Parts: sequence; structure tokens; C-alpha cells
Amino acid sequence: MSGTYLGMPAFPVAAREAVGNTTLRGNLRHATHTIRAKRAKAVTEVSDWAELREAGKQIKDHTLRHLDHYLEQLEESVTAAGGIVHWAADAAEANEIVTQLVKMTGEREVVKVKSMATQEIGLNEALEAEGIHAYETDLAELIVQLGKDRPSHILVPAIHRNRGEIRDIFAREMSEWGRPAPEGLTDTPAELAEAARLHLREKFLRAKVGISGANFMVAETGTLVVVESEGNGRMCLTLPETLISVVGIEKIVPTWQDLEVFLQTLPRSSTAERMNPYTSTWTGTTDQDGPGTFHLVLLDNGRTDTLADEVGRQALRCIRCSACLNVCPVYERAGGHAYGSVYPGPIGAILSPQLRGTGSEIDASLPYASSLCGACYEVCPVAIDIPEVLVHLRERVVQGGEVTREGNKVVLRPAKGHAAERAAMRAARWAFTHPGALRTGQRAASRSRRFHPRTLPGPGRAWSATRELPPVPAEPFRDWWQRTHGGKDGDR
Amino acid sequence: MNSRERILGRVRRALADAPADEAPIARDYLREHGRRTVAETVELLAENLADYRAVVHRTDIEGLPGVIAGLLEKRGASSVLVPPGLDEEWLAATGVPRVADRADSTPGELDRVDSVVTACAVAIAETGTIVLDGSPDQGRRRITLVPDHHICVVRVPGQVVSSVPQGLERLDPARPLTWISGPSATSDIELDRVEGVHGPRTLEVVLVGQGRIEST
Repeated sequence: MSGTYLGMPAFPVAAREAVGNTTLRGNLRHATHTIRAKRAKAVTEVSDWAELREAGKQIKDHTLRHLDHYLEQLEESVTAAGGIVHWAADAAEANEIVTQLVKMTGEREVVKVKSMATQEIGLNEALEAEGIHAYETDLAELIVQLGKDRPSHILVPAIHRNRGEIRDIFAREMSEWGRPAPEGLTDTPAELAEAARLHLREKFLRAKVGISGANFMVAETGTLVVVESEGNGRMCLTLPETLISVVGIEKIVPTWQDLEVFLQTLPRSSTAERMNPYTSTWTGTTDQDGPGTFHLVLLDNGRTDTLADEVGRQALRCIRCSACLNVCPVYERAGGHAYGSVYPGPIGAILSPQLRGTGSEIDASLPYASSLCGACYEVCPVAIDIPEVLVHLRERVVQGGEVTREGNKVVLRPAKGHAAERAAMRAARWAFTHPGALRTGQRAASRSRRFHPRTLPGPGRAWSATRELPPVPAEPFRDWWQRTHGGKDGDR
Repeated sequence: MNSRERILGRVRRALADAPADEAPIARDYLREHGRRTVAETVELLAENLADYRAVVHRTDIEGLPGVIAGLLEKRGASSVLVPPGLDEEWLAATGVPRVADRADSTPGELDRVDSVVTACAVAIAETGTIVLDGSPDQGRRRITLVPDHHICVVRVPGQVVSSVPQGLERLDPARPLTWISGPSATSDIELDRVEGVHGPRTLEVVLVGQGRIEST
């Protein structure tokens, strides 16, 4: 994934720092609580939400089960409609393909629709290294780009900024990139949106190359779908002469009809609207309407490795709505940056360690960035059991085992940091398989309980720093059971 | 081995142990939400359009030219984009200079046009959505994007469906489609919806009845 995130500290370190930032916490709390209530209302409006959710899950599972077939079908239908299909096994290859395609047009700048896939591969940085300027046109992405910042939310990458901060960034930075912010810009959202409109319009009007992702690709028809709000997507998809779309291979749905499920569940789950303001669909190229050249870059970059994991593959159902972020108590407090990935929050905690592997400190710590409360699973419109995958990934980190990396099966060694935990578990296994020793140990523990420490020594100290040690009972359970005949004697 | 073969090979190996899936997808969800008369469906469309800040007008086919002329006048439009197949009658009552939808217009030229008038392909009541499919009476996608004022005419009840599933059934995926639900908006500042960013900031939808829609 993007080089921007290399060397990120582990989640607990980054989260501890974020939690100390009261402005950030205030901004996050306000935004996530605003959207939570609205989403709940938008979902209640449709009486068949449970059925839509189940159908969405099944469509995605079916697609993933036959992904090779649908990829080939998609390639065929996009090509038949006048598009050109490219395949990229990893980020470097995708960046190389896009860079070459832009160079072939002779252009030095591109306009971009907000796209998670291009952020994931670090496309902007790759283009910049070749002297090509990529302009983000989504309002939140613009705020992030102008603020030389990193995105912290899937849907609203600038969620960590409040209106006052956004005003300051616009007033300070817009002139560096093009049309300056209007004089006397205030922090009302309408004025900020107006400033973005004026700033970006000159870029839209002269753009010759647009770069996008896609929310869905329909295999049977070769249709791509972009769901958006501001109209920047429409600008990038229709005004340039060349359109390049970089899309993860899991974004396929088999049929046109399948969109009827996701076009109902996605807007309600993401911006909590009945329908987002603009949805664009295009199938290859259309004569004299929109770009005359259309390239589709199909991106793997860890997705097939994720597909190989029978528990973890459900993460590929994700339609990037971000509902799980907005309800997560950990995300609300730690914010998106602590997750060290373009995919923050609960979905990021299961997606990043699968796409990138659990080799780095941050990726090995992400499966622990959760209290396992399950709110994310509740709201997920494609029913990804995020807690289940988190626990599965924790097991992988601690125990190691067989995983797929870049298409090859490799055996992971157990993580170093969990030696004490493993030793404790081994001791427990021995004790539970030796009843005599267990009984003796329990009696000794009960008799000596007055002398037990409140906190653990050595490596256990961190664990007991935030937890109470459970008190040992005065009498072991089995002794009590024998003495009272299972409590029948009424003797406590 | 090229990347196409590599990726397809990885997919096949990843799925080698996956159980077969033969069960059809359970489409137990509703084709539409609630039971409504035709007039109630049109009413719901109007309500939902207005809820997302589109300005809704109702008239019949005789009144349409007058309504469009009035809207352009009120806007103070000095030019109006017209797709090639738009019913000429619709603009019969206005003298605002027309700009044709041409393939060789530059985006800069379109940016200097004040308003655009189009028909639509279908309208979806439950979501307050109008869909354009690039037919001759709707024109190229960009003409309803660059000008700041869009007047869209919906023939009711003929072009109105209740729900998203019904809308998709009526649409041709081979055409470039634009689904529009209210004027452009953003939720990017503190996750609160603000209307008016890059697309037309004023969307006016004229629901044109066949003369007796209120009573059906």
C-alpha cells in the first residue's frame, strides 16, 4: 500500500497520542454522532432492510466464489463497449500503468474523483514523481491535499477537521494551487463549499485526463458506477478526453439487477440519504458524449491473498460505506490516523492486515484495535462479521500459521510480543489436563489469597495496569461442590 | 506470465477449497415500499424531490411553455442550453437565446451558459431521483452539469416509478446514465449536508401531468 504509511507506529501508540488531542476528539464525536442518528433514520425508512442486507451479502459472496469467471466476463463486456482493460497485480504495477497512460496523452495534470483504490496504491505520489500533478476534487480530499494531511475516514477524509480549521486551510493554501480563496472567507459550510467550487472549476474546465475509482462494476454489461454528492465526480467522468479508472477486483457485481440492492443500501449506510445527489454509470465509451478513451485498471494488490483466507475473505464484500467507522467506540476516540492506513476503523482493522500482511508493527496491532462490541457488524450493509475476522486475525498474529502472500502460501511464525501470553496458555493447558495438580494448586491459591498482589509483576504489569485481577475464592469450586452436594444442602 | 494470468491464477488457487455455491440469491426484499395509488406515487416524488432541495413545479402540457418561460425569466437567464431532441413547444413562450448542445463546444463555452432545459428518462418516487440517459431530449451528460441552473421536465405519471428496482428495470445499461437526487451537495464538513457544490446549484423539476393527475 501507500508509502505514506510505512513506518507507522503500532495502533496503541498512535491512539494514545490521538486521544490526548481534545480538538480531534470533539470533531470526531460531533461528526460521528451526527451521522449515526441520521443513518438509523434512513435505514428505518425501508421496512425490508434485513432482506436487502442479506441479498447484498449473498450477491457479494456469490461473486467472490466465481470471481475468475466474472473478471473474464467483465473484461469481455468492457472491451466490447469500447474500453481498454489492464490488469495490475500490485500497487507498483498499477501506478506504472496509470503513469504511462497519462504520459501517452502528453498531459501534465489530471483531475481525480475521490477513490480509495488510488489512495491505497499511492497513485498521487507516483504521478508526482513523474512530474504529473494530480488534483483531488472531492471537497474533503481537497481539504486533505491542501492541508498536506492524511485522510482519516473512508467517506469524509477530513472528518478530523472542523469548519474553522477548514477555513484556515483554504485561506492559507488555495493560492498555492490555483485560484485563491475569496477575501473574507468565513467558516460557514456553504461559503466553504462555494470557495471549493470556484477554486476547482478552472481545473475541471481545462482537464484532459480524469482518474477515478468505481463503486461497482457490472460483469454482464461492462458498466461502471460512481456514487457521489458534489458533482466533482461527474466533472471528472464526463469533461476530460481520457478517463482512467482504477478499481479493485472485488468491486464486481454480476448483473445490472444486482445494483437494485446496493443503490438502496449504500447511500443510506454512508451519507444517510435516501439517495446520494449524483450517480453516474457508463459502459465503455459513448460516441460524442464524455471521454473518447476509457481505460480500466483492475487491481489485485492483496485482494487475492485475502480471498484465500476462508474466514477473512468476507472483508472483500465491503462496499466502503463507512457506517462501521461512525458507530465504532474505538474509532470515535482514536480517529482515523491511528489505523495507519487509508482504510481506518473496524473495516480497516480487518482489511489492512489482510491486504498488506501482518508483518509490520502497525498491521500486527490492528486486529487488537477493537473492543469486539459488535456495533460494526450490526450496521454493516453486507453483514461482514468484523469481530469474527478480528479474532481470527488475532489468532494468526499470536499463533502464526499458513497464509497466502502475493499468491504464494507461506507459513507465518508466531509473533514475538505474545510470548508471555503463550506461556500462560501452555501452563493452563497442562494444569487442566492434570486434575491432581490443578486441585492442589487451587487449594494453595485459596489459602494464600490474602497475600495475592493487586497487580501482576513483570510482563503482566501492562495488562493489570488497566484491569482488576479477579479475586480467588476462599474455597475452590470443586471442594465446595463436594462439601455441599452441589449446593443442595443449602450451605454456602 | 502476464498479470492477467497471474491474477486469475491466484483467484483460482484461492478458491480451490471453497465450497460450491448453488443456492440462488434470496431476493426477498420488496419491489416497492408500501402500496400507493398513481397519484400518491407522484405526490411522493414531489415530496422527496423537495426534501433534498429541488424546486418542484406542477403543470399540464398546455401550461408547460409558460412555466419554463417564467422560470428562465425569474432566473434572469440570458442563455439556455437545449438538447437537440427537446420538444420545441416547450420553449415556445420564451425568447431567451438558445445554445445548441454540440459535440465541439468547449467546457468553457458551456460554463458561460446560464440554464439548461431537458426531459428525463425516468423518475423514482421513493428516493426523489430523476434519471437522464442521454436521449436526444436530454443531450450529452455535460450540458446538465456545467450550467448552474437545470430545469428538468418529468412527464407524470408515465415516467414515474415507485422504487429503485423498478427504475433499473426501465433503464438501458448501455447508455451513459446520470441519476440526480436534488442539487449537488456535500456532507464533507462535519458530516452535515450542504447543498450546492460543483453541479447545478439550482435544480427545478417540472412535473407535467396529462391534465387529470390529481384525480387518478
